[in-house]
Amino acid sequence: MADPTVIAARGAWGPAFWARFAATGLVLAVVVPVLNRGVSPTSFAALPDYLVPLLGKYLCYAILALSLDLIWGYAGILSLGQAAFFALGGYCMGMYLMRQIGTRGVYQNPILPDFMVFLQYKELPWFWYGFDHFAWALSTIVLVPGLLAFVFGWLAFRSRVSGVYLSIITQAMTYALLLAFFRNDMGFGGNNGLTDYKDILGWDVHSPGTRLGLYLASVAGLGAAYLICRFVTRSKLGRVLLALRDAESRVRFLGYSVTNAKLFVFTLSAVLAGVAGALYVPQVGIINPSEFSPGNSIEVAIWVSVGGRGTLVGAILGAVLVNFGKTWLTGAFPEVWLFVLGGLFVVTTLVFPRGIVGLAQQFGWARAPIAPAAVEDKPVAVEEQA
Amino acid sequence: MNAVAEPRPARDVLLYLDGVTVSFDGFKALNNLSLVVEDGELRTIIGPNGAGKTTMMDVVTGKTRPDSGDVFFRGSEDLTRLDEAAIANLGIGRKFQRPTVFENLTVFDNLDLALADSRSTWRTLFARPAAAQRETIDATLSRIGLAAESGSLAGALSHGQKQWLEIGMLLIHDRQLLLLDEPVAGLTDRETEETAALILDLARDRTIIVVEHDMAFVRSLGARVTVLHEGSVLAEGSIDYVQNHPRVIEVYLGR
Repeated sequence: MADPTVIAARGAWGPAFWARFAATGLVLAVVVPVLNRGVSPTSFAALPDYLVPLLGKYLCYAILALSLDLIWGYAGILSLGQAAFFALGGYCMGMYLMRQIGTRGVYQNPILPDFMVFLQYKELPWFWYGFDHFAWALSTIVLVPGLLAFVFGWLAFRSRVSGVYLSIITQAMTYALLLAFFRNDMGFGGNNGLTDYKDILGWDVHSPGTRLGLYLASVAGLGAAYLICRFVTRSKLGRVLLALRDAESRVRFLGYSVTNAKLFVFTLSAVLAGVAGALYVPQVGIINPSEFSPGNSIEVAIWVSVGGRGTLVGAILGAVLVNFGKTWLTGAFPEVWLFVLGGLFVVTTLVFPRGIVGLAQQFGWARAPIAPAAVEDKPVAVEEQA
Repeated sequence: MNAVAEPRPARDVLLYLDGVTVSFDGFKALNNLSLVVEDGELRTIIGPNGAGKTTMMDVVTGKTRPDSGDVFFRGSEDLTRLDEAAIANLGIGRKFQRPTVFENLTVFDNLDLALADSRSTWRTLFARPAAAQRETIDATLSRIGLAAESGSLAGALSHGQKQWLEIGMLLIHDRQLLLLDEPVAGLTDRETEETAALILDLARDRTIIVVEHDMAFVRSLGARVTVLHEGSVLAEGSIDYVQNHPRVIEVYLGR
């Protein structure tokens, strides 16, 4: 038998993988636009305009789920602050969109967004400088969540905060940001957040064409995020992450810096979450502090568990399916949604801990992964009991 | 120092512990421990439970910082200032009491992670399997008798196979000093014999410290024995010397 590393490497990037990847991409990037624009609106196959941003939103959630799965499924870091990075990316995009409004706002101030005029700002706060440039906004979408995660992660991982303690402090971080962004004097629109966008790169954000463009950008974003996550998890670093998830101090005694490895994926994950937030905001038309609410981050963990933690496809499936269920149920039976969500989490954990993908593998619908994810948590590394 | 030691010829000192004290909530796990291990030596360390054997290994590998005392490797490397990863990269490997292998990785990948290669996060992200490394791994697999299990998950191995895989992981890195914590715990007699042979083989070109309870196994290694008791050295010498030492008989062998 040939050695498994080579098989893994070949299987990871072989023609079979690219064929599946291209087929999925084709459905998302060609079939959807054709059904939306190429088919007569009265046809049964037509995809109505209002569904396009909804699909786009699901794809943004899928990127967010990938970002959590990368650190939780593969490195055992259960961050309950993913929504914070998502919201920060969203705010960076929102600031750009606000600066595009110009004199078309209610107060017609060419520089100051409406809420600043209303709150009697005399001039633009320094941190709003540059947001009239799309390139600057793009850089901040990567840099703001990335830097926060880097500093936060450096402090946490260097002090060896892990497991449930890390989950708690990430949750505290997002809660602190929620409170801060609620304040009017923070300069981010307080309670109301940033909204009433007009256009992006000169295109009207409300036109069906722009919405389709934003949807396609989300497809591209998801494809890129998936490839990045796949590259990381199939690399030798990916095996180091799996190893440290299961036996952290053993990895240290082998000479690997657990701090650096965790810091790298945590920062990458925050950047992915930020990009997801930035794609999300122009499609939903608003960003406000409620995006930081602790429940949002927990919901992401539910998507990932439902789909199958430690499998990238599972994270995507979980995010899309749970959110589809949410859209449908909150419309049809709004009062039961939270019970369904909670129940889903309990049932997943107890009955099919490896999620939808695990279930599919059990029935032989999907191939077993090269390195199956552990579902049982090991809060204490084995050697620490010695 | 109250230790009583047999005289012996001098070689270069590889590991030097002097006056090391570690206390946990007032309990002195190590009490002014002084220990010298020479380059190329095979040393066995015995002692009753709570004598400080595992704590001594924790101090050497950077897991525990001593309250006081000096720990030097190769004369100049101050191990009390380094973390686990840095100490591992100096060439000190450790095998735990309970076998700890990476259960969700294949046997091959376990060895691949242990291979002497760059530990940098960035390099591991872009690492490509090289033919030379594959040969090294295959050679180690045959040496530890796990060639047929190369592609299985390490979690599926038997207890004895896991012990061997862990030894293989130490062996593949070609470290200068190996610390083996109870390498034959839970092994069958036959596996114990094979492990003794493997350790003697390994000891020909590196320094090894073995902590063990099994006296027959310690005898089969035929190495110099250090007896720890209440966090310090009680006696040191050949197995016959320590087994006939009155204090050792009093606290450990006799009851």
